[in-house]
Amino acid sequence: MSAAKAVTDASFEADVLNSDKTILVDFWAEWCGPCRAVAPILDQIATEHADKIEIVKLNVDENPATAAKYQITSIPAMKVYQGGEVKKTVIGAKPKPALEHDLAEFLA
Amino acid sequence: MRDVVIIGSGPAGWTAAIYAARAQLKPLVIASSVEAGGELMNTTEVENFPGFPEGVMGPDLMVKMQQQAERFGTEVLLDDVVAVELEGPVKRVVTGSGETFESRTVIIATGSAYRRLGLPDEDRLSGHGVSWCATCDGFFFRQKNIAVVGGGDSAMEEATFLTKFADKVTVIHRKDTLRASKIMQERAFSNDKIEFAWNKEVVGISGTEAVTGVTLRDTTDGSESHLDLDGLFIAIGNEPRVHLFHGQLELTEFGTIKVEGRSSKTSVPGVFAAGDVIDPTYRQAVTAAASGTVAALDAEHYLAALDQAQVSVTAAALQAAN
Repeated sequence: MSAAKAVTDASFEADVLNSDKTILVDFWAEWCGPCRAVAPILDQIATEHADKIEIVKLNVDENPATAAKYQITSIPAMKVYQGGEVKKTVIGAKPKPALEHDLAEFLA
Repeated sequence: MRDVVIIGSGPAGWTAAIYAARAQLKPLVIASSVEAGGELMNTTEVENFPGFPEGVMGPDLMVKMQQQAERFGTEVLLDDVVAVELEGPVKRVVTGSGETFESRTVIIATGSAYRRLGLPDEDRLSGHGVSWCATCDGFFFRQKNIAVVGGGDSAMEEATFLTKFADKVTVIHRKDTLRASKIMQERAFSNDKIEFAWNKEVVGISGTEAVTGVTLRDTTDGSESHLDLDGLFIAIGNEPRVHLFHGQLELTEFGTIKVEGRSSKTSVPGVFAAGDVIDPTYRQAVTAAASGTVAALDAEHYLAALDQAQVSVTAAALQAAN
């Protein structure tokens, strides 16, 4: 699975909402094949753009409150947070060039 | 230069790889970056693949096929093909990361993609209540009221699976009979949580932030009605994935790649096709696998004939020189 740091219902506020960095949260679950497929691509993006964006993951099985709060109904769902607000949502596993395109404004 | 490049990693792609690898052709499988394993990666239990009397999980079956292909020397690349040049003796295949592979043969096993309803709000609400994958998204519809569109095996499997989560699942189908196999139909009919909306087609999806319902039109009298819903799962079949090959390969009236008789030979020598991308009718894991075998054997014969021709030319040249 991905090398990204795990965030939880309990740590979401401190790790994501109150962070002064740009954070991408990868909402995922063990039983989701496309989530497993996209995880290594997110790892690559995180490594290549470490100065621009931090990528963390939230397991929706174990953290239902946060998943419900952000109305997740399809995973993988990737949400970019800045200053506690969702700035961008990408849904579904996509190839690296497509994800980089979707996230371009946060990676440049 | 390679002997065999295989595009796609469903049952057709991996089976072609197993045969080509055992023929010592060292195939390269370009498996896709996020959809490796193909359609079976999004299924649960596969009960009709021979050799698994207890059933097997779709993703497990695909991992086993990959391992079997790798055991004999198949090389696997998790990338997407973005362009191909198929004419001539040297075929070129370009990937998303910009690499170009040259090969004497190409086996196309790109399968098919989910068919869309083609409604204006479908894309906007995709991921917000509209879904093509019950195993991925069913979890989020606990105690909800949802619908599945379609009448085939996939629709029945999704509807039955979704009753684990949802309070009520309505199957919306254009006709008054199902195309699904008898066993899948019976499972759906005997499930208390599943209801059927017969002779209905979806003509509109409503909801601003998320799906709130659909507009249905009766296919017999044209009357329209509204159905309140929290989620809509679409299982109305698949479209062959041929966008890379337009203008290079002949297609059939069904949009599949045209092949010669029971072979895998396309309209371009050295290019073979297998699996759902050539099959508008059967579309089973086991028929795709069988079709992958045909493609690998056709590619092997084609390469042997090329080598034989090369040997004859060399021999003739030597004779002429003497």
